[in-house]
Amino acid sequence: MDGVLLVAVAALAVIGTMLVWSSTRTWAPGSTGLVKKHILNLCIGTVLTGVAAMVDHRRLRAYAPLVYGLSLLGLFLVITPLGSTVNGAHSWIMVGGGFAFQPSEFAKLGLVLMLAMLMAQPAAGTDRPRGLDVGIALVVGAFTMGLVMLQPDLGTTMVLGVITAAALVVAGVRKRWIGGLVLLVVGGAVAVWFLDVLEPYQIARFTAFLNPASDPRGVGYNSTQSLIAIGSGELFGKGLFDGGQTTGRFVPEQHTDFIFTVAGEEFGFLGSVTVVALLGVILLRGMRIARQCDDRFGTLTAGVIVCWLAFQSFVNIGMTIGIMPITGLPLPFVSYGGTATFANMIAIGLLQAIHIREQSF
Amino acid sequence: MIRMRGRLVVLQVLVVSLLALLAVRLWQVQVVRGDEFVVAATQTRTRDVVVPAVRGQILDAAGRPLVRNRTRLVVSVDRTSLNRMEGNGRGVLQRLATVLDRRPADLRERIRACGPGVPRPCWPGSPYQPIPIDDNVTTREALQILERQEEFPGVTAEVQAVREYPGSSAGAQALGYLQPITQAEMDRRAGSKAVFSGVDLVGRDGLESVYDSALRGVPGIRRMQVDRLGKVIGVERQVPPTPGDTLITSIDAKVQAVTEKALAEAMKSAPTADGAAAVVLDARTSRVIALASAPTYNPAIWTGGISEVAYQRLLSGKTGKPLVSRAIKGEFAPGSTFKVSSVAAMLKDGYPLNGQYDCPGSFMVGSRPFNNFRGIGLGTLTLHTALVKSCDTIFYKAAYEQWLRDGGLKPKAKTKEPMANMARAFGFGRPTGVDLPGESAGRIPDRHWKKDLWSATKADNCKRAKTGYPEVAKSDPSRAAFLKRLAYENCLEGYQWRPGDAANFSIGQGDVLVTPLQLAAAYAALVGDGRLRSPRLGWALVRPDGTMVKEIKTPVVRKLPISAKERAYIKGALSEVASDGTAAGAFVGFPMDKVKIGGKTGTAEVYGKADTSWFASFAPTDKPRFVVVVMVSQGGMGAQTAAPAARKIYEGIYGFTPTGGKAPAALPAHRPASEPPMIKRDGTVAR
Repeated sequence: MDGVLLVAVAALAVIGTMLVWSSTRTWAPGSTGLVKKHILNLCIGTVLTGVAAMVDHRRLRAYAPLVYGLSLLGLFLVITPLGSTVNGAHSWIMVGGGFAFQPSEFAKLGLVLMLAMLMAQPAAGTDRPRGLDVGIALVVGAFTMGLVMLQPDLGTTMVLGVITAAALVVAGVRKRWIGGLVLLVVGGAVAVWFLDVLEPYQIARFTAFLNPASDPRGVGYNSTQSLIAIGSGELFGKGLFDGGQTTGRFVPEQHTDFIFTVAGEEFGFLGSVTVVALLGVILLRGMRIARQCDDRFGTLTAGVIVCWLAFQSFVNIGMTIGIMPITGLPLPFVSYGGTATFANMIAIGLLQAIHIREQSF
Repeated sequence: MIRMRGRLVVLQVLVVSLLALLAVRLWQVQVVRGDEFVVAATQTRTRDVVVPAVRGQILDAAGRPLVRNRTRLVVSVDRTSLNRMEGNGRGVLQRLATVLDRRPADLRERIRACGPGVPRPCWPGSPYQPIPIDDNVTTREALQILERQEEFPGVTAEVQAVREYPGSSAGAQALGYLQPITQAEMDRRAGSKAVFSGVDLVGRDGLESVYDSALRGVPGIRRMQVDRLGKVIGVERQVPPTPGDTLITSIDAKVQAVTEKALAEAMKSAPTADGAAAVVLDARTSRVIALASAPTYNPAIWTGGISEVAYQRLLSGKTGKPLVSRAIKGEFAPGSTFKVSSVAAMLKDGYPLNGQYDCPGSFMVGSRPFNNFRGIGLGTLTLHTALVKSCDTIFYKAAYEQWLRDGGLKPKAKTKEPMANMARAFGFGRPTGVDLPGESAGRIPDRHWKKDLWSATKADNCKRAKTGYPEVAKSDPSRAAFLKRLAYENCLEGYQWRPGDAANFSIGQGDVLVTPLQLAAAYAALVGDGRLRSPRLGWALVRPDGTMVKEIKTPVVRKLPISAKERAYIKGALSEVASDGTAAGAFVGFPMDKVKIGGKTGTAEVYGKADTSWFASFAPTDKPRFVVVVMVSQGGMGAQTAAPAARKIYEGIYGFTPTGGKAPAALPAHRPASEPPMIKRDGTVAR
């Protein structure tokens, strides 16, 4: 077990719980309704971490296609009438009893395992994956992204893209192939822009990112308000529950995608940097596990998980401080949200599993 | 595996740099630019609402309230929350109109923002401030609104203080009125950092205006925390308001009431009268005991917002402009009341005090005869009798002689102009400096004034001298011819101070104009201690707990340039006017043995109108305590209209019936209050 990793995750979870409480207490049912649910999610997540940590990752490699297949099934179900729309994204399955499930979060896990499996077998006599496997990996990645794009969920699509790219990079695919791929993606992005595939609100978010003052009441509102909330926290913050911007609910989606603004306002620079540092600890410990692992599947799984979490954390925090466009991505281990918490915690469990197997030899 | 680990190292470097980038950006946002965002946060998160201070009362000399505050249940509407509703809250206003028994259109007019082209009523204040739309609701109506808040979002009912006038219209023009402050006035308030709210009222006229800064106190501020929908979620900071000071005036409410009643009756008795004014001064201090102007109005009309119709009526000529105080703004020829100044000027110029003067029926001023009243000659008189009987020709003669001594039409380099200079020494031609806004200066014409007027009107006169008055000629050819000749003369030699001008001046006619208050202050100086004082209504400013802030004095402007003996002589003459002179008829049956009244009547001719009726007086004649001046515009002769009104005022002050019997006196001590009333700690009046 990697204790440092666990402590860092636990610390983030505790901070996250306080932030969720602070941002929901003024409007949640019974004031503690959502924070209680969040704690329940964390408890379930902890159990899932434990279960995942006990799995022998080398056996998991055999089941990777099954896990991936299940996550794809979830994505299909969303497209069927079983799916529901929340905040403009058709990405939810209502389980009943007030619980909802977001298959795209599990699709990240499924894709990580599927790609790690595909890349784990090098071409004979080399330490690079086989061309055919790379091709399959690209198709698998593109297919998953396509399904999520249908919802549409730009943020998760981007995360899936990063997972695919990370798998190729970690697996040791030739640099020129990667370079070619980057050109392809850039070309694709340009095409997407000009072929009007994006929803108008997604384009608007991008424009607003480039110039938030252009429309402070409209799409620029989120960006402006979250900057005000974080900036007004100054060095030491206003104190838990004392953030006026948080209490006034000026920042939308504050307990989920914009949870970092609560940390910024109420805990100040010291608090928000602590959150960044804790995330750094998790990512670096993950990298360490990946480096120490002796089999390709384990290294790939751990390395890609770190890239996923790193990208998601950077985009999430970056959008609240105006250096990234606004996309609907939760902050790992901090944001409110059951499925995302579960997926993140399972990912941590997998890191621990890889670490444990490594140590046992 | 080596290749994979190498790639991992590269990725790790990338991850660390991204995290470092976040930390740097956080430092920039939270530490470097933190202040800027704190300001932005306060702006988005809070709304300042002004809590008006309770305005100070205005009391009379006995501590009776002239203006006080009454609590009322006021229904206010928050326009921001209405605007967020469907149809701008039309439904809410509709329901509110039903509860308050008003038309919905009325309510909509009240809450619209003032601006160019928007007639009253309208709201000049901040859109965040609740707008009072009805300040006199019943408890039942208020409860209906408060208990069904879901039907009346953005509507509140709360207790507020509003102005109340116990004397109804008494002293309306002197007290002034309140109006919501405008942004411009707010900006002018020195050192005021308060947010412009619109609930702040400002004194617009009278005492409310002059003593505004003391009366209004300091408004408090409630900084409310709002959420992103503008809903109030708490109070962040509260600065309680400091109530305004109480203004104690020298006005006596009872004397004021008597005075207004006398004026109203005088207006009724003179069918052509179009306005009147009366001033009662303390003869020793020139404190104002009553200041009245007719027609008048009830200042309660201002409370809670005035309608456009009512406002225009206050300013309209048809209603006699009740908003204007004729006592301080009305400029009228003073007629014979002005002769006290002319006598003083003659004495100063060397005319003997005990000399004998001819009073023929007519006197040739240059080539033109100037007649006595009704052309009757009174024989040889002393100056004493000249005043009592109001002989004009003696003054024509003196003015003409003085005019000749100054060089006549070809003035010397240094002219003496004794009459104009004496008039100025009596305070005419210049505002008295009373503590009321918009006081008129009156006019003392002299050689210099004539020259200035000529320069200003020369171009027009010279043009008219050529073109004539064709528009007048259509209806009245002879008048047109007269006007043309006049224009020609004025063009040619209008700068000349002619003998007729000097003669008219001496009897308070021609271009001489005074205000009733100027005349009263001059008489007070004459019959008092010989010092001209600037009258005051305000006597003291006192905190609500009774601490004295400031006593207001009536400053001495100057000493009259005549001796005590000369003053006593003139006073002695005036003392017989009401018993044996021109005003004797008006005072038949008045108990002169108890209180002897002195004074001077005045009947001033006004071109194209009926005469202005004047009576300037004082009592008791031996040791004067009161000066009473009454003026009735188009009231006819002084003895006919103004003197009887003054008599009624004296009857009220001293407590006499019209037949000389006993009646309740407005001032039982028969003298003005000598000290302002004491205010006790709890705000009540000590005596």
